Amino acid sequence: MRLRRGGPVRGGGPVRGGGQSRRGVLPVVALLVVVAASLFPLYWSVVVASHDNAGISARVPPLLPGGEFADNAREVFEAVDFWLALRNSAIVACAVTASNVLLSTLAGFAFARLRFRGRTALFAVVVGSVLVPVQLGVVPLFVLVGELGWYGRLEAVVVPGLMSAFSVFWMRQACREAVHEVLVDAARVDGCSLVRTYWHVALPALRPHATVLAMLTFLASWNDFFWPLVVLDPNETPTVQVVLSRLAGGYYTDYPLVLTGAVLGTLPVVVLFVLLARSIVGGVMRGAVNG
Amino acid sequence: MRLARLDRRVTPYLLVAPFFVLFGVFGLYPLANTAWMSLHEWDLLDGPTAFTGWANYAALFTDPHFYNALGNTASIFVIATVPQLLAALGVAALLDRPLRGSAVWRAAVLLPNVVPVVAVALVLTQLFGRDQGLVNWALTGLGVEAVDWRAHSWSAHLGVAVMVIWRWTGYNALLYLAAMQAVPRELHEAAELDGASRWRAFWSVTLPSIRPTVLFTVVMSTIGGFQLFTEPLLFGGGGSGGVDRQFQTLVMYLYEAGFQRFDAGYAAAVSWVLFVLCAVLALINAALLRRVVREA
Repeated sequence: MRLRRGGPVRGGGPVRGGGQSRRGVLPVVALLVVVAASLFPLYWSVVVASHDNAGISARVPPLLPGGEFADNAREVFEAVDFWLALRNSAIVACAVTASNVLLSTLAGFAFARLRFRGRTALFAVVVGSVLVPVQLGVVPLFVLVGELGWYGRLEAVVVPGLMSAFSVFWMRQACREAVHEVLVDAARVDGCSLVRTYWHVALPALRPHATVLAMLTFLASWNDFFWPLVVLDPNETPTVQVVLSRLAGGYYTDYPLVLTGAVLGTLPVVVLFVLLARSIVGGVMRGAVNG
Repeated sequence: MRLARLDRRVTPYLLVAPFFVLFGVFGLYPLANTAWMSLHEWDLLDGPTAFTGWANYAALFTDPHFYNALGNTASIFVIATVPQLLAALGVAALLDRPLRGSAVWRAAVLLPNVVPVVAVALVLTQLFGRDQGLVNWALTGLGVEAVDWRAHSWSAHLGVAVMVIWRWTGYNALLYLAAMQAVPRELHEAAELDGASRWRAFWSVTLPSIRPTVLFTVVMSTIGGFQLFTEPLLFGGGGSGGVDRQFQTLVMYLYEAGFQRFDAGYAAAVSWVLFVLCAVLALINAALLRRVVREA
């Protein structure tokens, strides 16, 4: 916590002094409004998900949660294979996360702390592709995945997701902060090979950063929609997001059903977020300073 | 000793190799292939049928649906980005002061960003519903006529923009907050000694100091804004974005061309135009912003 505005000298004289207490309250009120706006759509999802159709189409919409959530949830599980979708999303997100953390710590360590010919050029490629829109390669990627025989299979989402330029970029910055050059040099003087230096020096120092990257990657993968929609089979290999869009896709949208699905699909993410909020916030803010 | 030298020379490449192998196959190769594909008549499932040179681009530049999608994307981008970044600055300024429970405030502000886009789009589409939406209920309560949000472009753009604003304001606020906290204290103390008002200090001390971050968010919002897909797709109307394509974005048009009409060559051309647009806009934004902030 910084107290940089608490200095003894305050400009503005009596007018500002008089507003002292009001100034203390107003920002908090403003923040409360912001937070209420942040939470409202989530609250409203729960409200709709816990009423039946008649309930939400009443003349005056219900403003409080009702008692139909369990029934709606049962209906979701009957309408679509939600367990399968949850399982698929979990498999994809875990595989993608594990691989991204491994590959980005390896490459990040090399880019941050080792000297080799072509390092600058290779890293420029990484930085450049962080800025290229993902959609640029999507049509040929679809063709490629088809040639590999992966249409409608989870490999189609997992394998292209195993690495990302963003995680390498991010981990290189983390490495420059956390893995001190002195330690790497000391390991070399002791005759330690680079792989062992990575394993015994870099990786332990990077553990908190790796945790943050893992969470960011997991969230991004769990929430991904365009690519799974295009390449997966919505009946055989749905992910949660694909199943949700299908629930909503009919001619008539049954909102209590759809938003029950949305609540069920959001719950794992929100639980994860609440448990690890502090480090996720820290990770996002650290990215800002470096970016 | 020779082994150690070999280790130092070769191992760095082995460490970056797993990333670059995968990246080459699933990142760079498709990227290059997009250019090649865009010069062909190419069926998504059956492969190329003819080399047509610039024909896809020529067709694209006379395609009213393309200009429509371009206009919609630009309109939603402006409606979503300008208020979003201004609000993010405000929220960051609110968070950048002695505050009890700052960790909780920050987490609450970031929460919308981790909620799946699909879920966000679904609930906001419900809120903007014509007959049972809460927004129309509130409007009627205030004596304003209910709006058929999906039917007009202005209202549909606004609805989609609200989804984007909701999702990204807090995230950008945290980026600004991080940058604000890195501003040296002495600068603020100097401003206070000079009798600068809080607003004046914000405008002449804080804002110039966080300029790189503002630049970064503008560039990232541009790239993100021109890739907008999930929100307008789920707002209704399938890939076409409403009966008159009133909220079809560029990526939705790409999706329609490539994955609904299977016209891969044409979709690849859309991809390239999208990329060039993003690059040019990011550069223009960067240049404009640099000038504006310097003059302030």
